[in-house]
Amino acid sequence: MRLVFVLLGGLVLLFIIAPLAGMFIATSPAEFFETAADREVARSIGLTLWTSMLATIIFGIAAIPFAWVLARKNFPLKKLVSAIIDVPVVIPHSAAGIAILGFVSRDTVVGRLGESVGLNFVGSAPGIILAMAFVSIPFLVNAARDGFAAVPERLEKAALVLGASPARVFFTVSLPLAWRSIVSGMIMMWARGMSEFGAVVIVAYHPMITPVLIYERFGAFGLAYARPVAVVFICVCLAFFVLLRMLSSKYDNAES
Amino acid sequence: MLKVENISVRLGKFELRDVSFEADPGGYFVLLGMSGAGKSVVLQVVGGLIRPDGGRVILGGRDITHQKIQKRGVGLVFQDSTLFPHMSVYGNIAYPLVSAGMVSKEVLRRVGQLAEITRVGHLLKRSPRNLSGGEQQRVALARALAPEPELLLLDEPLSSLDVQLRSDLRALLREINGSGQTIIHVTHDYEEAAMLAGRIGVIENGTVVQTGTPAEVFLNPGSEFVARFVGIRNIFCGALGGDTGTLRNFIAGGIRFTLLSDEPAGEGFVVVRAEDIVISVSKPSTSAVNNFLGMVKSVQPARIGTEVMVDIGMELGALVSEESVASLRLVPEKKVWVSLKASAIKYIRR
Repeated sequence: MRLVFVLLGGLVLLFIIAPLAGMFIATSPAEFFETAADREVARSIGLTLWTSMLATIIFGIAAIPFAWVLARKNFPLKKLVSAIIDVPVVIPHSAAGIAILGFVSRDTVVGRLGESVGLNFVGSAPGIILAMAFVSIPFLVNAARDGFAAVPERLEKAALVLGASPARVFFTVSLPLAWRSIVSGMIMMWARGMSEFGAVVIVAYHPMITPVLIYERFGAFGLAYARPVAVVFICVCLAFFVLLRMLSSKYDNAES
Repeated sequence: MLKVENISVRLGKFELRDVSFEADPGGYFVLLGMSGAGKSVVLQVVGGLIRPDGGRVILGGRDITHQKIQKRGVGLVFQDSTLFPHMSVYGNIAYPLVSAGMVSKEVLRRVGQLAEITRVGHLLKRSPRNLSGGEQQRVALARALAPEPELLLLDEPLSSLDVQLRSDLRALLREINGSGQTIIHVTHDYEEAAMLAGRIGVIENGTVVQTGTPAEVFLNPGSEFVARFVGIRNIFCGALGGDTGTLRNFIAGGIRFTLLSDEPAGEGFVVVRAEDIVISVSKPSTSAVNNFLGMVKSVQPARIGTEVMVDIGMELGALVSEESVASLRLVPEKKVWVSLKASAIKYIRR
């Protein structure tokens, strides 16, 4: 029995590690550094990082209070609302891209509104941000909602009895106590947005985020040219991921 | 001061019906009831955490029934710590002061003053997570008192503490009350109620069944529930016989008691206070009509005096002085006579 479990677990692990390891092994150090120095690659990685971060921050500001409402309040159709939050996770991302494009293209209200303040969503960084946020926001909302739900409600009530306004209770009690989950949700949202391809490629082929660049190099030049870009991108992502995790766990330690 | 008038609340299956009571300014009112009786709900209605379906809450002449929680002028201390774990003890006590917009110099002075009253001055820099239960409750008290509430509400504040800490905290509560603070205290512990209360309200199944001074409630329990609940040791179930106006018989567990009652014959309870039972080593020749030969089962110190349990076919608990225990040489297995006057037996009709 135990042997079967270990064997099965090993297979799953191998399934994840083997292709990645193969890709790393197939990329020589020379190729790696050459690719890392490639202006187009560097520019695309930079673009991917800042758009996904901005998507997380902008939409996080709206998503966090919303997550608190989901955790604390009962309202009609709450189940439906919760289900809607998860929709972006389950629909094909190319379909999500089509939906967003239809929503923000120049002949729509949103598109015209954006244009009037100088924002063009199609084939631009704002469009990329929208597409990334659309597919990644469930990760933040769900994590933040769970974080708020784990804050004992009596602490919030105690703060109210002590004369704090609801807004002060939110900022001084609920938010700091749910912060751990929120940060971890933000990291997940950011990582998910950064790795998005399907939705972004439809809204904005150019400027090219790295997943699109990898796809383009693969289509135009083949596997050997796409692979080093993928390896460099994975390294950058992992480095950021580890760094953020370390920072947030350091914060936890300081708190407790 | 505080007037609670006909409060009704429905929470799922639980219902609070027509709860009314009054607490005097500077008084110590204890709401006594078993868990699930609805006493915490009453407290939360007064505190504004639960909206009543009907009735009014009047505090110092103001109708605060629908007042916002933060504007009510009440302090609330719960059974378990509700200290903010991400703030220091100082931060916790200062929280309501900062909420009220007090300047930091003033906050510092006031926190110091509160810490002195509640004796937590040495803990101010600590995190609440590393405090003992008693320390946490002291800090919670300091925090609740910080905004100088008109009314302090305590929800089983001593329940999670051990005996020694309880008595320390009780002394502190008395002190706080002594300085003029009106307190409403909810508990299931009748001894706690007896020790602290100026007035007691007994709550049963969502309604207040009796209010009065501790003496009134404990010596004249208004119902079987109150009698059983307040922990009177000697309460027996049986049948009352005879006619009104005469000495009556009450048979419980094969033992015949003689008592006075103007209730009709029937099923019921009798209650005998432990301090009304007289113990002697030889058959007494007194006016007491109930004399039973029995055997001492146990001798144990009580809060005041010594509790002697005697088996007369059923167990009777008598409260006697330590001196009597010594002079009568009361030890387990010793044969003794137990006597009580007919008028000391209170009959409660079922």
